[in-house]
Amino acid sequence: MQLIACPWCGPREEVEFSYGGQAHVPHPAAPADLSDEEWAHYVFFRANPKGRFAERWNHSAGCRRWFNAVRDTATYRFEAVYRLDEPRPVTP
Amino acid sequence: MSPRTPGADLPEHPDLLWHDREPKRSYDVVIVGGGGHGLATAHYLAKDHGITNVAVLEKGWLGGGNMARNTTIIRSNYLWDESSGIYEHSLKLWEGLEEDLGYPILFSQRGVLNLAHTLQDVRDSVRRVEANKLNGVDAEWLDPDEVRKICPIVNTSGDIRYPVLGATYQPRAGIAKHDYVAWGFARRADEAGIDLIQDCEVTGFTTDGDRVTGVRTTRGDIATGSVALCAAGHTSVLTDLLGIPVPVQSHPLQALVSELLEPVHPTVVMSNAVHVYVSQAHKGELVMGAGVDSYNGYGQRGAFSIIERQMAAAVELFPVFARAHLLRTWGGIVDTSPDASPIVGRTPYENVWLNCGWGTGGFKATPGIGSTLAHTIAHGEPHPLVAPFTLERFITGALVDEHGAAAVAH
Repeated sequence: MQLIACPWCGPREEVEFSYGGQAHVPHPAAPADLSDEEWAHYVFFRANPKGRFAERWNHSAGCRRWFNAVRDTATYRFEAVYRLDEPRPVTP
Repeated sequence: MSPRTPGADLPEHPDLLWHDREPKRSYDVVIVGGGGHGLATAHYLAKDHGITNVAVLEKGWLGGGNMARNTTIIRSNYLWDESSGIYEHSLKLWEGLEEDLGYPILFSQRGVLNLAHTLQDVRDSVRRVEANKLNGVDAEWLDPDEVRKICPIVNTSGDIRYPVLGATYQPRAGIAKHDYVAWGFARRADEAGIDLIQDCEVTGFTTDGDRVTGVRTTRGDIATGSVALCAAGHTSVLTDLLGIPVPVQSHPLQALVSELLEPVHPTVVMSNAVHVYVSQAHKGELVMGAGVDSYNGYGQRGAFSIIERQMAAAVELFPVFARAHLLRTWGGIVDTSPDASPIVGRTPYENVWLNCGWGTGGFKATPGIGSTLAHTIAHGEPHPLVAPFTLERFITGALVDEHGAAAVAH
């Protein structure tokens, strides 16, 4: 089983975690001003790269805290984990 | 001893079902993706519209992606009119497909049971049965005793974690031999003069204003009059090259087979609540599918915990399976859409046609989408049956919400 390194708890088994999709998708600053198209993009459209992807994870069966990770979607390798208040790390 | 050519003493090679062609410099239509949808589209372009200056480009080998990895369930008992339109059209084509292709596909209409385990499941299922009947799709609601009559090995006792409260039944549903389907379409397309090109990955597009003029591939540039994207889980890789945002997410979806067993399972059983779907292949393996792995992934493999959970559900529902052995597990990559319905039709490029978002249920649609996408390409206008499945619906809000309504994640 794949181990995922929670920034607070350290490496734990994958089944303890739940997935939160793409990271760094901010809520619109001025929601009332959005067009239908802009709303659609905020609600439905997410990046879907083959390769490095910055995404949200929750240690739901552990400390229950959210964090971000950079993971390769082709190999499933975690390249970095970081806290929500940290910027996306530069990966080699 | 004198040296001998290796293989010189082997029998002549049998007739090939299709030929591996070299790419030409230019085509009227380029289909990206040599899976079921791409091959079916090629077949119907030739058969229904006489368009044969066509190439099917496949980055791996023909029918080696989800076409080789799915659990082959074919049904049309979807809730909404739009869905039952396209899936029932497809099922009708399945019913004549052996004759059309002149090739055996082992299409077996053994029926599908979609189990209900909660009162809400029962209400949703009965509603779906009524909707199906109004759309001319065969459907029945069965109580647990009737379920047992059709499939005696289902555990209908009240003494399990999620008791079976009944099921919907579509007698015309069934399974087919997926490889034969791919080969049958490939053979007919090849006979019609369409080039099937393997080991040819699309790496870019050349454009002129709002038209695509050609595709760049690992085997050179190819000019084309129009392009159809039939790349399933890899759709985003292509649409990113074109700069077209498409709301699909690629997930691993796993399936497995048991060793060969005597016939024990006469139909197809799907269960939304406990997330397992099972049939028994002609050869005797139990074929089972799971739900998707939660994370985005292009790796054609998933977590073993998903298989474990699925096995727990299968053994609870079918106690007789407890002594069966797992033979193989594998994964494919499915492109899921926000409303669990496909995305087919126009793109911002006037000669690029999109066909994606079929998620976990694309196999059953193979002939249906092949015929309607071919029509769409030939007429430059979406076929009425795919017209509701536009990319724009995510902006207009005209979604076709099939989440859960049509049984297991398809």
